[in-house]
Amino acid sequence: MLAAIVNQILQGVLLGGLYAMFAMGLSLSVGILRFVNIAHGDLIVAASFLLLTLTSQLGLPPFLAVLLVIPVAFGGGYLLQRLLFQRALGKSVLPIILVTFGLSIIIQNGLLGAYGADTRKVAGGAFETATLALGDGVNIGVLPLTIFLTAVAMIGLLDRLLYATRIGARIRAVSDDVATADLVGLPSARIYAIAMGVVGVTIAISAGFMSIWTNFDPASGPSRLITAFEAVVLGGLGSLWGTLAGGIVLGVAQSLGAQVDAAWQVLAGHLVFLTVFLIRPQGLFPRS
Amino acid sequence: MLELQSLYRHFGSLKVIDGLDLSVAKGEVLGVLGPNGAGKTTLFNVILGVLAPTAGKIIFEGREMTRMRPWDRCRAGIGRTYQVPKPFSNMSAYENVLAGAVSGGGLPLRQARDWAMEVLDLTGLDHRTASPAGSLSLLDLKRLEFAKAIACRPRLLLLDEIAGGLTDYECDALLEIVQTVRKQGATIIWIEHVIHALRRVATRLAVLYGGAIISNGAPDAVLADPKVREVYLGVEA
Repeated sequence: MLAAIVNQILQGVLLGGLYAMFAMGLSLSVGILRFVNIAHGDLIVAASFLLLTLTSQLGLPPFLAVLLVIPVAFGGGYLLQRLLFQRALGKSVLPIILVTFGLSIIIQNGLLGAYGADTRKVAGGAFETATLALGDGVNIGVLPLTIFLTAVAMIGLLDRLLYATRIGARIRAVSDDVATADLVGLPSARIYAIAMGVVGVTIAISAGFMSIWTNFDPASGPSRLITAFEAVVLGGLGSLWGTLAGGIVLGVAQSLGAQVDAAWQVLAGHLVFLTVFLIRPQGLFPRS
Repeated sequence: MLELQSLYRHFGSLKVIDGLDLSVAKGEVLGVLGPNGAGKTTLFNVILGVLAPTAGKIIFEGREMTRMRPWDRCRAGIGRTYQVPKPFSNMSAYENVLAGAVSGGGLPLRQARDWAMEVLDLTGLDHRTASPAGSLSLLDLKRLEFAKAIACRPRLLLLDEIAGGLTDYECDALLEIVQTVRKQGATIIWIEHVIHALRRVATRLAVLYGGAIISNGAPDAVLADPKVREVYLGVEA
């Protein structure tokens, strides 16, 4: 019994790694760019379909396909910010919400037209099914473990990028006050676009892992967005390590909920989110 | 160093800058006086590119920058402080200055870090490096405003009423920084109402009234000018 619970918690923690991956781009959007990108989940799904095309049509191995998609996602994020989001940013939050909501609908319908409504998955080969036995009935998948470790590494790198590099100092300054940033020589629109390019990179990597681990279809975006949003809010707005913690809390809640009843899996995550939100609306680890 | 030629800035029918001509030579400290609403801060905003001029030219070190964007003007060598300090409130004093050093200053990170510490030392903020900017006192905020501008390594520094709201002691502390920056070779244009502070460092005074310069020259001569005494000091000529 104890081994089963430990096993479920462990699986939940690893699932939290994937949720943190979904969420870290959104965390950057909220914490740095100061807006909620409603199309975030759809962008992850769109990148997953791109990976599906590269692996199934061109026969590329998934790892190589992700490596190819990363620079494309950076450029896509940069251009999306520069050409679309930047125009909608202003004193009111409504225009940017409407624009990203519209983008979400366009992506979903575009994918539906191009790929149909079928559920898809990228084949990961032996990597997908390999497991490590930890003894006493506790096993962990190599893929979930890799996802979790990659999520931790990504958050560490993003943290270093923001707090220990030249571009990080610029991004944080623009995020703090655009008008002041202009006058210390910071071109805010360009720096925002670079930050969105970084968000694009996180989207590409999370899409790579998601497309191997879980099924997806053109309408999967909103559920990914909700998961990401809950992880960001649970962890504390704008806190990257908090986002990881938020993802883990959700993952463990879902994993334990599934033990009670399969129908409780997703619901348990939402209930934990609501409970924590009521008790601690600033999140578990708000950015100081 | 800086030349403003037939500069106009209108807000509808309101002529805030109205045909202004002004030259500032390298190494000068030009004090700008004028009653409230004379167009002083608007003049800085036009020089910095925060506001576009309605007409006229801005030439800095022989290069026309009338249509240049604010961040490019900063990188070209013009720094500015605000009358009401505008720090990056969520960042520490050190990070505020570092942002100026890596952007406007154009320094690689390692050099920028050294330069930021040097500037914090120069401006008397070396004991508050880790303090969030939002928690600083008014004097320290003004020092930080100064430090942020200096970190951009400007050759022309625009100071907007930095002495306002300070005690004499605090004002003296800021004057020391102005003197140091000046000795290091920066050219300064300083808008100020605290005339005794301005007189201690200004090499020239210009008085702005109704969007144009009504008096311009040596400080003593300008302050004795009957037009200045009437419109600014409230003394009938």
